Amino acid sequence: MITGRFFAAGADRRIAITIFILLAVAIIVPLLNLAVSPTSAFYVPAYIVALTGKYLCYALLALSLDLVWGYCGILSLGHGAFFALGGYAMGMYLMRQIGSRGVYGNPILPDFMVFLNYKELPWFWYGFDHFWFAAIMVLAVPGLLAFVFGWFAFRSRVTGVYLSIITQAMTYALLLAFFRNDMGFGGNNGLTDFKDILGFNVQADATRSALFAASAVMLAFAVFTTWAIVGSKYGKLLMAVRDAESRTRFLGWRAENVKLFAFTVSAVMAGIAGALYVPQVGIINPGEFEPSNSIEVVIWAAVGGRGTIVGPIIGALLVNAGKSWFTGVLPELWLFALGGLFVAVTLLLPKGIIGMWDSWRGNAKALRAASVAEEAGAKVAVASATSKPARSPARNPGEWSWSEPEPQAAE
Amino acid sequence: MSKSNTILYLDGVSVSFDGFRAINNLSLVLDKGEMRAIIGPNGAGKTTMMDIVTGKTRPDEGEVFFDGQVDLTRHDEAEIAMMGIGRKFQKPTVFESHTIEENLMLALKGPRSIFPALFHRRSAAEARQIDDILGIIRLGDKRHELAANLSHGQKQWLEIGMLLAQDPKLLLVDEPVAGMTDAETEETARLLKDIARDHSVIVVEHDMHFVRELGVKVTCLHEGSVLSEGTLDFVSADERVVEVYLGR
Ligand SMILES: Nc1ncnc2c1ncn2[C@@H]1O[C@H](COP(=O)(O)OP(=O)(O)OP(=O)(O)O)[C@@H](O)[C@H]1O
Ligand SMILES: [Mg+2]
Repeated sequence: MITGRFFAAGADRRIAITIFILLAVAIIVPLLNLAVSPTSAFYVPAYIVALTGKYLCYALLALSLDLVWGYCGILSLGHGAFFALGGYAMGMYLMRQIGSRGVYGNPILPDFMVFLNYKELPWFWYGFDHFWFAAIMVLAVPGLLAFVFGWFAFRSRVTGVYLSIITQAMTYALLLAFFRNDMGFGGNNGLTDFKDILGFNVQADATRSALFAASAVMLAFAVFTTWAIVGSKYGKLLMAVRDAESRTRFLGWRAENVKLFAFTVSAVMAGIAGALYVPQVGIINPGEFEPSNSIEVVIWAAVGGRGTIVGPIIGALLVNAGKSWFTGVLPELWLFALGGLFVAVTLLLPKGIIGMWDSWRGNAKALRAASVAEEAGAKVAVASATSKPARSPARNPGEWSWSEPEPQAAE
Repeated sequence: MSKSNTILYLDGVSVSFDGFRAINNLSLVLDKGEMRAIIGPNGAGKTTMMDIVTGKTRPDEGEVFFDGQVDLTRHDEAEIAMMGIGRKFQKPTVFESHTIEENLMLALKGPRSIFPALFHRRSAAEARQIDDILGIIRLGDKRHELAANLSHGQKQWLEIGMLLAQDPKLLLVDEPVAGMTDAETEETARLLKDIARDHSVIVVEHDMHFVRELGVKVTCLHEGSVLSEGTLDFVSADERVVEVYLGR
């Protein structure tokens, strides 16, 4: 039903293109890595596959934030926590896949537990030897946390800065908890030294390519889902709550439930991003709960343009590519660059890259329409009576400045 | 006083903000199917009275009953709205980033839970209702325009349209004709009288010409309580009213 709507003419072209690109990339990049000879100019080295796969996970995280921040005005400064929880769930599965190949050779207990003198597996590690169980936990743990957190926060009508602060406190509390050795999640070192995923070596090129493809496909799916949610009547309601929350209540809508649904879905998306991220980077540790991580996500979304679906993805890709480059060249300046970027975007591009692009094109269209109308007006005065702006012939989107400013007649 | 056959029953209601008594021992009764005009100088507590009825503000004391038996002080905004009390705000409040049509769709009477909204598809009946309302509020040709682009007066009409879409039993209409031309004001009076044929309505308005047009019982509020009540002629002849309100 929703799929039908997507293929109908109503589908936003930009969304369709994004999904198409992501699906194409999911096929092409692994092919260029696996099927092309390393000497060829088209060869994509494995480290690029892993790096871009990681970026795609960040993009998914940024998209999940967009659903709540862009469309519902909930500035979550704790989305990194949902990402990390999804990552830990996947990490626990990967740990248990190591089996007796660990340093201590214990078939049941992961190395760190042997090292910390655990006698038996803590109950919350049960089931993680099955992929399906871990996969459910990837969705359930972040989703449940978001649901419980949102239930209390939205019901007591905590909004704005206060909400942002408590989300930040949430991720900070989890950071402290996961740092503790007796929490049973590997403490400071986290979970690492993974061997297999679903029986395939995590380090192998083919596995990395498969993980890359999975990330791209998942991102495409999330773009579609977000687009469908935002386009539904519920999506309209979500934006209505963003713009005039109390008004929706007087229409009989429960604004707290509207927010709770989006927040939970968003947390699940962030959890999936984390789960795809961990096998690609090979480690998950409490650092992922770092409050600054969650703030970085906000910057990605802001740079790309919040409330646009595509914007936060572009923002995440660009900022992280910039980060990789920057930390290679001037590592100590990266944080200043990031801070500066945020200030610059807030001041100069309040709607982000996509927003700027749109207003550019909007202006260009208006300019074009104006100049066309002017030409027409010179010939037939009646033309000015038509209220619809005249359509100009289709041109490339980039050529927005093709019409020279024409001398205006004095009025 | 008996609550039976009343749609709205306020008795001895008081509310203070930081020690300031905005509503002071207010008693007001609206019969089923009645339309009432409420007048009163700025700060008389007219809007606050609506806040109390719709659950936005909790009264410090007093009784507020809807439909003779529902204690409104025990319910929140969404519940009260679902019981059938609709409201138009003094400052027109519409969803600016949505089109006129979408604004009406969100207001349209129907289930208010998340999942139906997620999978909602507009039915032919809903489309017809929206078309009807667009005709009544005369915004049919602007249906796909963003509400943000409407003039003040048009926003007022859109909000009235949203009220119609909600189809409540009781309508609280706060200053509906602010920002309207004389012709539009008359049109609004006609529309409200039309609505009042099968709804209970409370209209707050400063425009005496408009109130006269409505031709209904008038209540004058002052400093949070009822100063005078009766026909417009009676109320405007009341010395105390002249003193606090008309004699300004
Ligand atoms: N939430 C609030 N906090 C503090 N004071 C309030 C609040 N709401 C209303 N008041 C005060 O209560 C008094 C009554 O306000 P109200 O808005 O009900 O007046 P009104 O009769 O609607 O006036 P107007 O004709 O100007 O709309 C005013 O003095 C106002 O400042
Ligand atoms: Mg008022």
